[in-house]
Amino acid sequence: MSAPSVAMAPPRVAAARPPLGFVAGALRVWRRDMESWRKYYRSSLVGALGEPILSLIAIGYGLGRFVDLGGVSYAQFLAPGILASAAMNAASFEATFGSFTRMTQQKTYDGILATPIGIREIVAGDVLWAASKSVLSGVAVLAVATGAGLVHSAWALVLPAVALLIGVVFAAMGLLVSSRAQAYDFFTYYFTLVISVMYFFSGIFFPLASLPAWAQAIAWCLPLTHAVALSRACAAGAVGLGMLVHLGMLLAILALAYGLAVHWVGRRLIA
Amino acid sequence: MSAPIIEVAGLRKRYGTAEVVCGVDFTVEASECFGLLGPNGAGKTTTIRMITCFSPMTAGALRVFGLPVEPANHRVIKARLGLAPQEENLDPDLSVEMNLLIYASYFGIPGAEAQARVAELLEFAALTEKARARIDTLSGGMKKRLVLARALVNRPELLVLDEPTTGLDPQARHLVWERLRELKRSGVAMLLTTHYMEEAAQLCDRLVVMDHGRIVTQGTPADLIERHVGREVIEVATGDDPARRARVLDVARPLATRVEALADRVVIYANGDSDVRGMLATLAGEELVHRRATLEDVFLTLTGRELRE
Repeated sequence: MSAPSVAMAPPRVAAARPPLGFVAGALRVWRRDMESWRKYYRSSLVGALGEPILSLIAIGYGLGRFVDLGGVSYAQFLAPGILASAAMNAASFEATFGSFTRMTQQKTYDGILATPIGIREIVAGDVLWAASKSVLSGVAVLAVATGAGLVHSAWALVLPAVALLIGVVFAAMGLLVSSRAQAYDFFTYYFTLVISVMYFFSGIFFPLASLPAWAQAIAWCLPLTHAVALSRACAAGAVGLGMLVHLGMLLAILALAYGLAVHWVGRRLIA
Repeated sequence: MSAPIIEVAGLRKRYGTAEVVCGVDFTVEASECFGLLGPNGAGKTTTIRMITCFSPMTAGALRVFGLPVEPANHRVIKARLGLAPQEENLDPDLSVEMNLLIYASYFGIPGAEAQARVAELLEFAALTEKARARIDTLSGGMKKRLVLARALVNRPELLVLDEPTTGLDPQARHLVWERLRELKRSGVAMLLTTHYMEEAAQLCDRLVVMDHGRIVTQGTPADLIERHVGREVIEVATGDDPARRARVLDVARPLATRVEALADRVVIYANGDSDVRGMLATLAGEELVHRRATLEDVFLTLTGRELRE
């Protein structure tokens, strides 16, 4: 009896298992990011949560005493906006400085790409991770706002999900910026010219209705405007079908930014 | 005979107007260790990047495990492949053990199985003591071993090693070689690039020498030495004395297969037919080294002595 040599599998070599699907793959990348962060979570939490809470107290209560919106207190008006901006900032920082480091210096993406996990899963995993940080920031702002008696509707329970949505949108935008960045300096432009402008002109600090029509039209194109509108509606319990427009805008921006980010990250790593 | 692990035919890669791989052909058989040798810029790493799905080829045919290397097959190929890249890309924020566990998760290896496999690999890489250490506390040799262990996490059928021992001290290098020979015995096919001719001689069953994107020669190490330089080498130190140099050249030229005159030395290559004893007797008063020919002689003969940077 002699078996053909083809059938003799080398001992260390096992039959390869089927590659993971898109969601499973993205979650593995998310888990890598989370495990890396765990060591630094204390300093990271202080950074992510300190600023929005300080803004809420200093601006909401300090400046707020001189503002009359007729009805709601200024702090009550401001809190959902601060929540949205905190979610935006958390995701934006992670998806620029964090993801760029993984893509270039640490070559983490190259390491993952040598496995059955592809570019789409890497980008999705990193986006999801950055958005997880948005949820943390959003929940912290929500807890403080609730403690301060600024939240009155049960719809506020949806706010962590809103923070997640804001997170994935801005993370995808951040990754797109990272995919085209040559150095860290590039992010200075992004944060100064895009993120800061949005911070001031997306209806966080004053109602957009007080702006001239042309400025309102520009503001309407900014993703943060829709994020703030959603957040404010949930915090106030003023939820209606109009929300679908904001939701649609955010999802459209997400799809566009994610698609472009996958394309450009791919161009960068596969050459 | 089982099917070849890697088949490369007419492989080309162009970046803009520069062609860095210009028509390369070779085949790696099952359980074989195959070497890609060549100076910097020869196209070795680019060839490896095309084989490991990191770089689309410009032209040619390329099959790994019998599958054409194209996007539809990337995942399946990578599931059966282990890659130890030249530049260390370990996760600096994860421990040694966690680096391997996370990497195992990318292959969909379930928790308990991954734990067992990682323990086995830590043992294999002599890193068990360092399981919980941070990456930045590891020596260069430990990092290279960890990169090798990580490439083995999915029990690959093909291990691709891009300069596996560059920058290591002799002890660390020998430990890596020992492990690679162990893997070879267990049936893993290997494709490796190296600058170290001794490494190629120690590990490779067959190899190609590349230069300027082309294959200059291919064969077994012994075959290449015999074919390109002969069996023996006599190196005579002549200093900068032209008279002495001329005398050594006069003795060597009629008897040797090839003679190379360098700034301060004359290198004489000889095969079985040459009168090596006669030459040694005539050159008795000279400061000389008589040694067996090595792959390094082949390498320098074929790719020249000019610096490549």
